[in-house]
Amino acid sequence: MPSPSRTLFDKVWDAHVVTPEREDAPALIYVDLHLIHEVTSPQAFAELDARSLSVRRPDLTYATLDHSTPTTPRAAGARPVYASAAARHQVETMEANCRRHAIRLAGWDSADRGIVHVIGPELGLTQPGQTIVCGDSHTSTHGAFGALAFGIGTTEVGHVLATQCLLQRKPKTMRVHVDGELRVGVGAKDLIVAIIAELGAGGAAGHVIEYAGPAIEALSMEERMTVCNMSIEAGARAGMIAPDETTFRYLQGRAHAPKGAAFEAAKARWAQLRSDAGAVFDAEVRLDASRLAPMITWGDSPDMAAPVDSSPPAPSTARMTEALAYMGFKPGEALMGEKIDAVFIGSCTNARLSDLREAASVMAGRCVKPGVRMLVVPGSEAVKRAAEAEGLDAIFRTAGAEWREPGCSMCIAMNGDSGRPGELIVSTSNRNFAGRQGQGVRTVLASPATAAASAVAGAIADPRRILEASHAQ
Amino acid sequence: MRNEPILTVTAPAFTLPDANVDTDQIIPARFLTTTERGALGGACFHDWRFHGDGSKKDHRLNDIPHGEVRILVAGHNFGCGSSREHAPWALKDFGFRAVVTTRAADIFRSNALKNGLVICEIDEASHAALMDRDGLEMTIDVAAGQIIAGNITARFVLDRFARTCLIEGVDPMGYILAQGEAIARFEADRAA
Ligand code: SF4
Repeated sequence: MPSPSRTLFDKVWDAHVVTPEREDAPALIYVDLHLIHEVTSPQAFAELDARSLSVRRPDLTYATLDHSTPTTPRAAGARPVYASAAARHQVETMEANCRRHAIRLAGWDSADRGIVHVIGPELGLTQPGQTIVCGDSHTSTHGAFGALAFGIGTTEVGHVLATQCLLQRKPKTMRVHVDGELRVGVGAKDLIVAIIAELGAGGAAGHVIEYAGPAIEALSMEERMTVCNMSIEAGARAGMIAPDETTFRYLQGRAHAPKGAAFEAAKARWAQLRSDAGAVFDAEVRLDASRLAPMITWGDSPDMAAPVDSSPPAPSTARMTEALAYMGFKPGEALMGEKIDAVFIGSCTNARLSDLREAASVMAGRCVKPGVRMLVVPGSEAVKRAAEAEGLDAIFRTAGAEWREPGCSMCIAMNGDSGRPGELIVSTSNRNFAGRQGQGVRTVLASPATAAASAVAGAIADPRRILEASHAQ
Repeated sequence: MRNEPILTVTAPAFTLPDANVDTDQIIPARFLTTTERGALGGACFHDWRFHGDGSKKDHRLNDIPHGEVRILVAGHNFGCGSSREHAPWALKDFGFRAVVTTRAADIFRSNALKNGLVICEIDEASHAALMDRDGLEMTIDVAAGQIIAGNITARFVLDRFARTCLIEGVDPMGYILAQGEAIARFEADRAA
């Protein structure tokens, strides 16, 4: 029996147990929404074919094209130009698999296409209390709605396609409680990078994190998604935030969200999705948001992060020494002012409308430093349309940045958008692993504001000066 | 995929002490455009082994003769980052049959075990001792949860189900499909 005081996670988990966990077998968990994309699904479909299995619930499956897809601007109706024959083949395989199994696909001609973790919420597919999986580690993004959402491997993608279920051991729980208020120029990205620096790259391994406290409640849905998105960078299985009025307001009127009386009924159900007062977590961490500064990474792991106006720490391990050598940074030397080659604004962490607005507010009336390349890649077709409707694209273009088609782009650099060896790139994405943005490329993770300020300066820069000035007006 | 039963693995150790080795290191993203399994050995740790122009770097991984079997003794939190199952595929195609570490990242562990790549999580002291002995011949007894390497003996605990799958070659897909009735009942209850 479930204990009387349960966490948000417990409530969602308990509601999805098909067969309970035993010592000799994991629980069988039902999946409400299965998101798929072209990179981690082809071998799963091949497995279904090899066993003559069909997709059990195509109606609970939703596909998009995002990872291998080119983001180079193209005229309406023009065929995309792929970086390689393999990329084209991968996309065409996805299209064929979706046709064959009657799975909805936000394809090239769809106004709904975009990065899988951007479009799920945008379309109202993502809802509180659901279990959501995808062959992609940043599935944790959807936890911002109080869903239990996590990444799976390709074999498991096959399991979910064929059975709508997954074998899972119940993870542990961790609560990250954030007090205080974020200051001007310090955003959700800075908050989550600070949390990762605190926990370490494996600090939340085996746990589902619930983010709670006044600073979390004050965040918009977009900001909550940024926070939950990077849970995996602390090793967590998933990140969750209890749904509230902010969540309900976001969902109301979305294409796939319930309508009318059904929405009101859903809202009443969703409002129950919060940790009970006496609920016990396996681990608890507390942070004060008002003490945080804009954060950037100084190494090649997301937990190697520090305030933008500081310097990398003196290395205490061989791994830290190697990371500093790779980045070309020196302990004790200011990170600010370090010359950069490119800026990337994009990814499922920071390519929603609010992120582009944040970057544009810094760029407006300013220019990208000559010699620096800046790519702005909206997270979805809908983000792109909305940004263009309010003239954000014009701000970026006028400043000298490239305004691209939606996709993962330089976050994973497998679609042809990548840096050159040795380049230093300030990026709003989520991983600064060696070579993530191209072989030998050095990545500095930052918020959209910090990335934009750095583009203007041509060097790592603190966005607070610009933002505080415009805030005061 | 149905796997062959794996009772023991015997091979020389190959040590990689770095902590937090992520799956982008194990296989860089640009090799993920494949739609098939297999033939990823060349991409395994590619950017550690090769320069941008394709010439070989001076890395110990390049000293392993093509396809020769090894047990990888890796650092803490091995396989963090991207959920790509291409990482265990690449390690297996390269010739690794098991990974010995203090802790593997969650999704990587799950992916590896589903592909018959044995994951042994052992205590720090034994791990440090093994890390010092590159090339040491070792035997992993999957059923007993034991590693024997020279005078070092270390124990590891595998998830009971994962162990059954490894040693009996049980196929998880078949196991879930066999619960079709429970799944149908769950769906019917919710619809009611
Ligand atoms: S934007 Fe980056 S992290 Fe997000 S789904 Fe795409 S590749 Fe993964």
